[in-house]
Amino acid sequence: MFGLNWDSLWRHREEFLSGLALGLKLALIGLALACVIGLLVAFARTSRHQWLRIPAASYVEFIRNIPLLLILFFLYFGVPMWAFSVLPRGLADILVLDGENTTIVALAIYGGAYLAEVFRAGILGVGRAFIEAGRSLGLSGLQIARYVTLPIMVRTVLPSLGNTFISLFKDTSLAMAIAVPELTFVTRKFVTDTFQFIQAWTVAGVLYLVTTYALAALLRFLERRIRWTV
Amino acid sequence: MNPVIEEFPLLLQGVAVTLQISVLVIISGSIFGLFGGLGLLYGPSWLRALLRGYVDIVRGLPLLITIFIIFYIPPALDIEVSGFAAVTVALSIFAGAHISEIVRGAVASVSRGQNDAAKALGLTFWPRIWNVILPQALPAIIPPWTNTAVEMVKGSSLAYLVSVSELLFQTYKVVGRTGAAMPLYIAAALLYFAINLALSRAGVLLERRIRYTT
Repeated sequence: MFGLNWDSLWRHREEFLSGLALGLKLALIGLALACVIGLLVAFARTSRHQWLRIPAASYVEFIRNIPLLLILFFLYFGVPMWAFSVLPRGLADILVLDGENTTIVALAIYGGAYLAEVFRAGILGVGRAFIEAGRSLGLSGLQIARYVTLPIMVRTVLPSLGNTFISLFKDTSLAMAIAVPELTFVTRKFVTDTFQFIQAWTVAGVLYLVTTYALAALLRFLERRIRWTV
Repeated sequence: MNPVIEEFPLLLQGVAVTLQISVLVIISGSIFGLFGGLGLLYGPSWLRALLRGYVDIVRGLPLLITIFIIFYIPPALDIEVSGFAAVTVALSIFAGAHISEIVRGAVASVSRGQNDAAKALGLTFWPRIWNVILPQALPAIIPPWTNTAVEMVKGSSLAYLVSVSELLFQTYKVVGRTGAAMPLYIAAALLYFAINLALSRAGVLLERRIRYTT
């Protein structure tokens, strides 16, 4: 097609597809951890106690205003260097993560800050009447959070959760900077081996596009399928 | 703390490049986005289809892929592209797509009656857009526009991957030489934070000003 040679690309198809799968895997685990961080931070931000609100707000504001690539570098290059010079050996080893785990942690920290905002809006959107009903039943603050706020909030934040997953998936492309063999890394490696710039980047672009749109369609379908009874 | 103070001039050189990329991108992205958004609403159907394709493709791709496509493909066709140019163009295309959607949404939310009234007064298309519709759409444009601008400052860090000496690349180089990773990365993070905080605050001030006059 177009007078270009597509054979070697076809021969490497498995590397490209496993790169894509790795990106999805990293994004999914990252999202799961980001949800945990996001939930804790969102409840902290809506808490009555200032000593919880201020650190939570600072975390969200700080992380949302710095680049993800910097977080990756900080975790991958900065933390190990510091750990080995300051901490005892056994403790330092725990903090040294490989590329994939670094990416997961970075996505969790980064996505957590965005999800905290989403969840906070969800928490604030739960009507006062529900909270008061919970209180009049004699539930404690934690019980209200667990049995009243959380189940109602989950329904409103679901669409944003899907969008966050898609953007985290796109963000996994940055993991190439720390040599994680996801799709972008595979493509760049292929390009430096074969010099088939046009074919390789076109294919990578199409793979990303198809995946993000398939995910978006799937999420819309799921949203419509799930009929919540409030 | 010493290495940060000693190497601060180098970090500031990086900040200068980061700001240069960001300012160029925000300006060109806003111009693309303004006309893109208006084209999505009022253009003839072929233009609407073209812009829809552009916006949806760019928003579905990771920014890094857009950068690499622009960095690697033209040289294969014998067109020289510097890393700086590739990043600036890629980010502008990216910002343009996002701002197009923002402008489209905001302009569409201005009530139809305003457009009809302006028509009844005999205003032609551009005066109608410029003097009647856009001033009313602006308050809805500014907050997401500020977010996009912040995303672009953060996105300029990807220039590291095509060897442009912006803030992250400068930090990386200095870390390699001094070995003081922790303080330098924290300093870089604070510099990014400061730039973006200033940008967000400017957006809030601008929004407040505009809300009062309309």
